[in-house]
Amino acid sequence: MSKERIKIAPEFFEIMPPEYQDLVNRATYGKEDRGWKDIGTAKELIEEHSLCAGCPESMAFRYILASLPNPEDTVMVGSTGCTSLVFPHVAVHNIHSLFGNQNAIASGLKRALTVRFPGRIKDVVVLAGDGATVDIGLDMTLQAWFRQEKFTTICFDNELYANTGGQESGLMQKGFVAKMAPVGKMFEKVRLPEIARESGCHYVVNCTVSKPSLVEKVIRNAVHVAREIGPTYLQLYTPCILEIGKNSMEGLQEMRDSEKPTERFAYKEYISEPAKQLLAEIAAKEKEKKAAAKEQLAAQQA
Amino acid sequence: METTSLIGTKNKKGQVITDVRHMMFEAPRTPSFYTGSEVIKEAIRRANVDVMIAYPITPQSEAAALIGELFAEGYIKEYFRGESEFAVMSQCAGAAFGGARVFTTTAGPGTMRAMENFPMWAGARLPIQMIVTCRGINSPLSIQPDTLEISYLIQTGMLVWHAETAQDFYDWILKGYMVSEEPDVHLPLALCCDGFFVTHTKDVVNLTPADMCLPPYDPYRSPVPCMDMECPPVRMMRDPFVMKSNYISYATHASWQQEVWAAVERSRKHTIAWLDGLIETENTDADILIVSSGTAVSQGREAIRLLADEGIRVGLVKIKTIRPWPWQEIREATKNAKHIIVPEFNVAGWLAREIKASIPDSDRVVAAPHVCGGMTMPPEIIVSEIKNVLGMRDHALAGRGS
Repeated sequence: MSKERIKIAPEFFEIMPPEYQDLVNRATYGKEDRGWKDIGTAKELIEEHSLCAGCPESMAFRYILASLPNPEDTVMVGSTGCTSLVFPHVAVHNIHSLFGNQNAIASGLKRALTVRFPGRIKDVVVLAGDGATVDIGLDMTLQAWFRQEKFTTICFDNELYANTGGQESGLMQKGFVAKMAPVGKMFEKVRLPEIARESGCHYVVNCTVSKPSLVEKVIRNAVHVAREIGPTYLQLYTPCILEIGKNSMEGLQEMRDSEKPTERFAYKEYISEPAKQLLAEIAAKEKEKKAAAKEQLAAQQA
Repeated sequence: METTSLIGTKNKKGQVITDVRHMMFEAPRTPSFYTGSEVIKEAIRRANVDVMIAYPITPQSEAAALIGELFAEGYIKEYFRGESEFAVMSQCAGAAFGGARVFTTTAGPGTMRAMENFPMWAGARLPIQMIVTCRGINSPLSIQPDTLEISYLIQTGMLVWHAETAQDFYDWILKGYMVSEEPDVHLPLALCCDGFFVTHTKDVVNLTPADMCLPPYDPYRSPVPCMDMECPPVRMMRDPFVMKSNYISYATHASWQQEVWAAVERSRKHTIAWLDGLIETENTDADILIVSSGTAVSQGREAIRLLADEGIRVGLVKIKTIRPWPWQEIREATKNAKHIIVPEFNVAGWLAREIKASIPDSDRVVAAPHVCGGMTMPPEIIVSEIKNVLGMRDHALAGRGS
């Protein structure tokens, strides 16, 4: 796959919006090793965003969009919340329909794309907040996993309802005082990563988005496993600095503090046996490729 | 650019993709004795559907399961059972966003549970076809026939048609896709019938040849982009209007809602051509008219026959489409009527209200008889209502409180 599909007829090039010309000239479509390091040097699939200054979700969006292994054939599904303010800025097809139904939309979408494009890769990636994933949409989140739907579910976990102004959510920590939890949340943070494992997800990671290289790795793994084997789930801590009383520049530190080994976003992963095998095969192929490139370079220099 | 036609070619099941006008209006028909559920299956066999998503609820469960058999036979490309009607309608949306021709069925409480999806379907311009086999939605639990749910569907921006017979159902399923998928319409269709009366009774239905099918859906005729990344987008907008509180945001939303309803209006011309008009009339010069939709029309026909035996002449207006609403046709058809009787299978009398809002001298409308909660509507109670209007004595029907 490449930029072939977005090429502009020469006669029309001049009248296309500059963003489109830029996309055609500098998109990382077709670049197999695209990743977070392209940010700032190649055309990004997201530029402006309409989130608060310093919002870790905006960082997460950038890292994820830079890391998708196959953006030219990836359709994203969102839900209502802060993410739905960002998706209109994103240069891959994305669907917002209702609040909480994202995994149902993705189930129908993935099956339709499979029917319509046999033999071709069409990745589907869901990206929604914790309210959408765990509260209002939990049924559809789990049922998609039970059915082994082949797409990736990403949850931006900010541990509350951010877009509506900081209400209690199922992924909020116990005891946290918030709107609708006036004396503190009464029950534990829902353990969705464990539930995801038991529900049939083949690749599950719980982490923060403090390290772009880590985000790149888990996104690529999650998409590859979903494409070949079955459902995958990433729970990424993207704190709402506004609602937890932090300043714009404090998001990164908040994530670093929360990923310490004893904290709730300490890196945690689960990989099923077939997924382990697939990832090992992919890693071996990449190694082979690198070795061949090295050899070629050496031959040229000799 | 070179173009090729699919007409005359065969699909994987060996069915010939046929010009739909030929298939529906000229091709030979075979009379068959089927239940309404089986008729749904036979229509879908010929509809070239990509994706069907099912969920059990009486009285549509049989039809939904029969379409599973079509999937097993290879007539439908994808089929599964969702987890609830809300999820199913979202799964249908996902499949339609991805460019598939989508079919589903629901009823009563299922329609209500899924309701949030329907304005979204219309707003997203997804030409999904949903069969609604109407049943009660009240508490205490009722599974019996009742058309109240249609009154909720008619404000969603969907096309809403109300079939009287299994033959209507058969033809309208196939014709429905033709109207729904027109680029200037491109809206979902709720094809309603009265549960049990149509789904669970057998009737002679004239079927089109089984080796002919509709042309496949072409998602690139849609007025909105198909979400398949075949034509990747540039960033869609600089400033998302979704939840902004400013005039441009309001104007965008307002104009899009108006466009959805304008698309409902634009469906008239296609619907008139396919269904031979939005209404069907008999003897509209009579002083008394029965105006209704669904199986209440059939009961009206019987009542007209009974009254004719007594020398009372009554005309009939059968309303086929509730959205688009044929207000001009109804005004014209009822202009001579002194009494307009609107029998309905629901407690609210929503059809009578729609009619009252469409015609001059609306006190001509008699919003009766109403039956609900699964009650049948013997033609005698329509006769009784008409005699009452005419000031004639009539025998009370035992057990009906009249």
